[in-house]
Amino acid sequence: MIPTGLRRLLCTGAVLVALGGSGCATLPPNAGQDPRDPWEKVNRNVFAFNEGFDAALLKPVAELYAKLPEGLRDCFSNAFFNLRGPSTAINNALQGKPTEAASDVGRFFINTTVGLAGCFDPASEFGLERHREDFGQTLGVWGFEPGPFVMLPVLGPSSVRDAVGILAVEPFLDLNFYIDLPAVEYSILGLRIVNERAELLPADRLINEAALDKYSFIRDGYLQRRRSLVYDGNPPREPDEDDETEPDAGTKKPPAEPAEDLTPSGAAGAEMTPAVSPMTDPSVKLH
Amino acid sequence: MPLSRILRNILLTIATLVAGGAHAQAPDAAPDVLVRDLTTTVLETIKADKSFAAGDVSKVQKLVDEKVLPYVDFQKMTQLAVGRGWRNASPEQRAALTREFRTLLVRTYSGALSQVKDHQVQMRPYRAQATDTDVLVRTSVVPSRGEPIQLDYRLEKQNSAWKIYDVNVLGVWLVENYKTQFAGEISAGGVDGLIKSLTERNRALDSSKKA
Repeated sequence: MIPTGLRRLLCTGAVLVALGGSGCATLPPNAGQDPRDPWEKVNRNVFAFNEGFDAALLKPVAELYAKLPEGLRDCFSNAFFNLRGPSTAINNALQGKPTEAASDVGRFFINTTVGLAGCFDPASEFGLERHREDFGQTLGVWGFEPGPFVMLPVLGPSSVRDAVGILAVEPFLDLNFYIDLPAVEYSILGLRIVNERAELLPADRLINEAALDKYSFIRDGYLQRRRSLVYDGNPPREPDEDDETEPDAGTKKPPAEPAEDLTPSGAAGAEMTPAVSPMTDPSVKLH
Repeated sequence: MPLSRILRNILLTIATLVAGGAHAQAPDAAPDVLVRDLTTTVLETIKADKSFAAGDVSKVQKLVDEKVLPYVDFQKMTQLAVGRGWRNASPEQRAALTREFRTLLVRTYSGALSQVKDHQVQMRPYRAQATDTDVLVRTSVVPSRGEPIQLDYRLEKQNSAWKIYDVNVLGVWLVENYKTQFAGEISAGGVDGLIKSLTERNRALDSSKKA
């Protein structure tokens, strides 16, 4: 495990420096032809690097962390989620969802105080729901396309749009950023990454077993998930061009699709803007 | 004596089969009701029996076989995931694709089910016309700790019975997530190449389970 991880790590590190694009990752013959993923060759190498990094360092640490008592890990998870509260509130406001934004502000104050710095989540018990919003989603709601898929080193799958959010905007919306003691700031950041990785441990086996090609499984899953998040869980159905040429493909009739949004997270999101139009969404053209 | 016992057993078996069959048919149940009953049954069964939490995979597999599979249209699922390649596939290839994809999905999803503990299903707003033959049913699965998990289903009406043909977990549609992978396999090795990859994967999972 670890020797393979290290080998990949070293190998791909060198490739990344050169940005050659033909390195350690096995590239499928049609790499880069998917319109959503023009940088697939580089992305696959970064992915191989990430896999090595994960196997050699991140996963072993996360597995140790997972041995901590469940209550303590829940406390950390809640507290880290709480740190994202201000960002979620601001992004909901930017997406034109004042009700959600107000609820997020309420959540943040309740959980920071009564919930002891976010360790507990009394706000959920008061009926204030958890939301997950970030600047990438806000850009999506404003009508920006995801753009090309990008595999970020260590951070994982992203798109040009989401990477702008993560790298250029989100740090300023994150309380972590405003902790003035670097030692504390980076310790918390490190713990957050490990905590997040530990939460994904149960999914590891599923992905490894279910995916024929792990890279495209993760990429396609990421793109679908982000599109769904932009629409707060109710994206319009994408047209399936195979249907036209496939008489027995079944779905001729467009299904009953709830047009507007009545999710528990309630939302004006869907009626906001035609965030990602099916006509221009690059992910539609592929299939 | 033995004869009457045998007779009684046969009768009992028939009665069970009839009862089970009647239950499995649940004719004309509305799709949202079907999904709710199906998920509730599965979650309740898992909750009631500790051996699921202990990771008894064969037991989960049996539960899925009995309670879930009658309501799933694997052929349609496979056809949609294979996309264009399906048209040029022979009936034998189609059958093999469906069989292997089904094995893979049942295996992986049984694995996921064995991690379920004290979850409850919550229906989200459902709207469809009575005349619709293709609908979306939206649910949330709420664990005892942590966040609700979005779990949606697409169902198609086939001869008055509804069948699930796609599942959405946390915003990711299963069929959609296999399309690119399948197309990649087909462009590299044809339909037979895809069948081979699926078969090999299933075999590898089989032997790793036994080991």
